[in-house]
Amino acid sequence: MPRRNSCENLDRFIPNRSAMDFDFAHYMLTGGKVEKETLGTYSPSKHLYRKHLAEILNMNRTRILAFKNKPPPAANTTHDPFSPPPQTQPAKRRRHISQSPDRTLDAPEVVDDFYLNLLDWSSSNVIAVALGNSVYLWNAFDGSTCELLSVDDDIGPVTSVKWAADGKYLAVGLNNSHVQLWDTSSIRLLRTLQGGHRLRVSSLDWNNHILTSGGMDSTIFNNDVRVRAHIVSTYRGHTQEVCGLQWCSSGQQLASGGNDNLLHIWSLSMASSSSSSNSSNQWLHRLDRHTSAVKALSWCPFQRNLLASGGGIGDQCIKLWNTNTGACLNSVNTGSQVCSLLWNTNERELLSGHGFNDNQLTLWKYPSMVRIAELHGHTSRVLSMAKSPDGCNVASVAGDETLRLWSVFGTTQIGKAVIEKKQEPFSNVPRVR
Amino acid sequence: MASKSATKDIITLRGSAAIVSEFFGYAANSILYNRGVYPEESFARVKKYGLPMLLTQDEGVKSFISNLTSQLSEWLEEGKLQRMVLVIMGKQTGEVFERWNFSIETDGEVVEKGISREKSDKEIMREIQAIMRQIASSITYLPCLEEPCVFDVLAYTDKDCAVPFTWIESDPKLIDNPQMVKLHSFDTKIHKVDTLVSYKNDEWDEP
Repeated sequence: MPRRNSCENLDRFIPNRSAMDFDFAHYMLTGGKVEKETLGTYSPSKHLYRKHLAEILNMNRTRILAFKNKPPPAANTTHDPFSPPPQTQPAKRRRHISQSPDRTLDAPEVVDDFYLNLLDWSSSNVIAVALGNSVYLWNAFDGSTCELLSVDDDIGPVTSVKWAADGKYLAVGLNNSHVQLWDTSSIRLLRTLQGGHRLRVSSLDWNNHILTSGGMDSTIFNNDVRVRAHIVSTYRGHTQEVCGLQWCSSGQQLASGGNDNLLHIWSLSMASSSSSSNSSNQWLHRLDRHTSAVKALSWCPFQRNLLASGGGIGDQCIKLWNTNTGACLNSVNTGSQVCSLLWNTNERELLSGHGFNDNQLTLWKYPSMVRIAELHGHTSRVLSMAKSPDGCNVASVAGDETLRLWSVFGTTQIGKAVIEKKQEPFSNVPRVR
Repeated sequence: MASKSATKDIITLRGSAAIVSEFFGYAANSILYNRGVYPEESFARVKKYGLPMLLTQDEGVKSFISNLTSQLSEWLEEGKLQRMVLVIMGKQTGEVFERWNFSIETDGEVVEKGISREKSDKEIMREIQAIMRQIASSITYLPCLEEPCVFDVLAYTDKDCAVPFTWIESDPKLIDNPQMVKLHSFDTKIHKVDTLVSYKNDEWDEP
């Protein structure tokens, strides 16, 4: 075949003609026509002959083989726990996304600082929010509020909060570089982690009994909260404040974002022990495609190794990464600083929280990254977002000193029950100060 | 390829078959990992083709793939393998979601006369690397696999090829009206491998 020599490196899709079976295709095209024409003079022997001919034409050059022994299927229990069960598939109808918040709560004295992480929603359905020197708890079941702690001016304000997975213990990062652990059921300070960071602790995340903290001093520490010498390992690589930290659901990889515009992927097993602090190049990937501070980070719950990250005011991009290879899979310019990112666990969607000039929440379809909805309401930049334990509702706290609750991620049956329970008189009337 | 004798990179039929069958092994592992057919924990990281690659540690899958690659290299040396297809289907339903299609063109002259060709290892590795990168990034456009899946491998051989004891003839497990994406190809100058993934159309309507 002479056309074999033609250049095949064009970027258009060119069908591979040598892989097509033109004879068979021709037979299928003309054979069908013949059948229609000769419908009147149908004979079984002719039909049989044609069928036989079809088989020979299709199969005469190739034999398709497969192993008799099939590969073992993956064990059912270890399959991705976040993928929805198959019976939810027919529920693909369009859902209504409310454009206004379900509730608006006052959040006075919230520190309007991009680099802090002041909001978290626990598995026991309690929202923790840091307002100035205090941390308040808001119970999403009954709407009750209580003050968990209040620190003095010389060690405050509170710069980060993070619930442990059991929804009982809260880690609180402080401006004076300490981290406090609180038992929220008995409202008791359990211990204070100190001696690691030299400046404020702006980001926290848990990985079982390991509390990972990122500070303004650009270091990241893994603290084992059970032992006396709590710093078990260190990640060095950032040169400025570490404002974003998140472990992936398997706990094997940590993503960290900094004010130095860098995004690092670290592996749990590769953390350097604190004694040998001279080795610093321990990251799995150093990703430098953002052009501004990287605070917004979110691991995809339904696709392993997929991380979404958002850049600050000078970058304004959401980027999607394959953390296995370090490849940037997609980048979308949002036109506004990206302060926070959350994946929807019920649908293939990503929610981003923004700053100037609309201060909106934007819902994106994945993987097409088409905008599905924009939620307006905040009058200053969205500082942090958190997702309810049922995955249906989102809380956002903004520089306008309000905390707003949005039912943006759809309602599962369980989620509906929770919302109905919450209905109170005037609860749908926004209360803006 | 009029290179001087000092820089000659000779490739034989046997060497080419080894490269191609090894490629299938790594490609199959990469697909199984990236598409989540087996759990993440059952894979271990190795360095290959200048990339971090993942290999299954599940004994069953491991032996399946090693049996496969050894049979493939046998066929490749005889020039009888036309195509290899990795099929991903639903565990319960058996519905075919994806077909990873590797078609192979063999240089008949090499098989008949036992001559060799010239191409550097490095160049082949670079071509394979490009395919591996494409496989890893395929998760951005392939629809999510919503249910537990299993895989199977089909080998398209010449008709005159004897069926080995451990193999049976199979149907092609085609997808109706599939979406197709052609990936890079690589060429050892003896075997040319074209990669194409076809998958079930996702019926999602864009808002």
